[in-house]
Amino acid sequence: MVTTQDALARTVREHAGRLAAALVSLLGDFSAAEDLVQDAVEAALKHWPVEGVPERPDAWLFTVARRRGLDVLRREATYRAKLAQVQWPVPPEPDDRLRLLFTCCHPALSREAQVALTLRVVCGLTTAQIAAAFLVPEATVAQRITRAKRKIAEAGIPYRVPRDEELPARLNQVLTVVYLMFNEGYLSSSGGQAHRRDLVDDAEWLASLLAGLMPEEPEVAGLLALIRLHRARGAARFSPDGRLVLLKDQDRRLWDHEAIDAAIRLLTRTARRHHAPGPYQLQAAIAACHAEAPNWEETDWPQIVVLYDMLLALAPSAVTRLHRAIAVRHARGPEEAMAEVEKLGEALDRYALYHATRAELLRELGRTEEARAAGRRALELTGNPAQQALLEERLLS
Amino acid sequence: MKYALLFVETEQFEQELAAMSQDERDRAVEKVMRWLDDHAGRITHRAKLQPAHTATTVRLGEGDEPLITDGPFVEGKEVVSGYVEMELNDLDEAIAAARSWPGCPVVEIRPVEW
Repeated sequence: MVTTQDALARTVREHAGRLAAALVSLLGDFSAAEDLVQDAVEAALKHWPVEGVPERPDAWLFTVARRRGLDVLRREATYRAKLAQVQWPVPPEPDDRLRLLFTCCHPALSREAQVALTLRVVCGLTTAQIAAAFLVPEATVAQRITRAKRKIAEAGIPYRVPRDEELPARLNQVLTVVYLMFNEGYLSSSGGQAHRRDLVDDAEWLASLLAGLMPEEPEVAGLLALIRLHRARGAARFSPDGRLVLLKDQDRRLWDHEAIDAAIRLLTRTARRHHAPGPYQLQAAIAACHAEAPNWEETDWPQIVVLYDMLLALAPSAVTRLHRAIAVRHARGPEEAMAEVEKLGEALDRYALYHATRAELLRELGRTEEARAAGRRALELTGNPAQQALLEERLLS
Repeated sequence: MKYALLFVETEQFEQELAAMSQDERDRAVEKVMRWLDDHAGRITHRAKLQPAHTATTVRLGEGDEPLITDGPFVEGKEVVSGYVEMELNDLDEAIAAARSWPGCPVVEIRPVEW
């Protein structure tokens, strides 16, 4: 369902980043440009719901930003002069938002700052919206952004797309930021929380922006496919009363099969052009195995185990090993899966899904008391209400 | 923009250095010299410091007399062993320079205020 709020968010997102990119280029000052865009976005969020979205939202935002700039940049005569001269739209240029994105995700900034800055500068979220999405105080987000902008200015973080030799590592930073956004949005989303900004939407939009600007990068396509495959299952993830429904129990008729087919085509096209898939392509391939299966039992589990092995070879991680163990359970039975899971106790003791998986396997192996204890531990560790409800249900059964 | 690249030695690096033969040590020094030559056009100042055991720390402001102690200002396994000041366009150039540094394993980059 597309609400007015969503439509508004989309319009802001489409134009705020472009405006920011143009103003940074024009003024040569990231921080000043960002302030002006933020003011314009705040004004839009106030006026548009009442007066309607203007016919040319970009020109509207620019006019507000320009007026504000002429007003507040009084002391910076050169900025004023530049702003006074410029006409909107600025001469068509290659999409500047890529530079903006690389600056926001510069490795000299902390990960939290990268995420907050990207959401604010490239996606046009307000500080309040970011704070609400991450359930942190607004002052914390504001401070992160202020510090990040100071660092950009004072440490001389450049405003450009990295050179070829730096590009793979730097692109990785950008993809990590988009992936984190997606993950946060995906895990925290639930049926009825309309007031919370859907970060999955922002993540998908960023991934598709990147895919448009860097069509030759296989991992960009991989991440986009991954996000789209997860989104395609969105309608089945919650029951009508807002409870989380596990993949296993989802009504697969509710999935968006057209979107699934399109994402798989994107993935296949990418795989044909590039050998040795990267971590995002592999995760997308795993999601594709689930998306293509007619039901949980007929999922191609042996293939999923192979994909997890490939993923672990590239990016060893205890969490990935846990997911692999779940696939092993279905490919080879609970004993072998349990043996794998027990090896992860030390690394994942504070991780709810580890204990939930253990509880499940213990139950299958008939070790009921241990299963209950593991289930209770999982419940202690999860902060997400939808997950809590699900675990509670399991504990009672 | 001016940047200071602070070179930081770790305990492990020191041990590795001590375990080297004279030949290996000479070669390591040679690599550092070559890096300094390669970047000579951008380097505005440079210094290699004597080892940490020669350091003396003076703490002012706590009472009338400064507190003078033996050793570097942080008790730790990582100590600053030298620095270069470079004239560069942006942080990415400083990071690129630091990446190719063949000496000690940690480099801290700080923009120079004055």
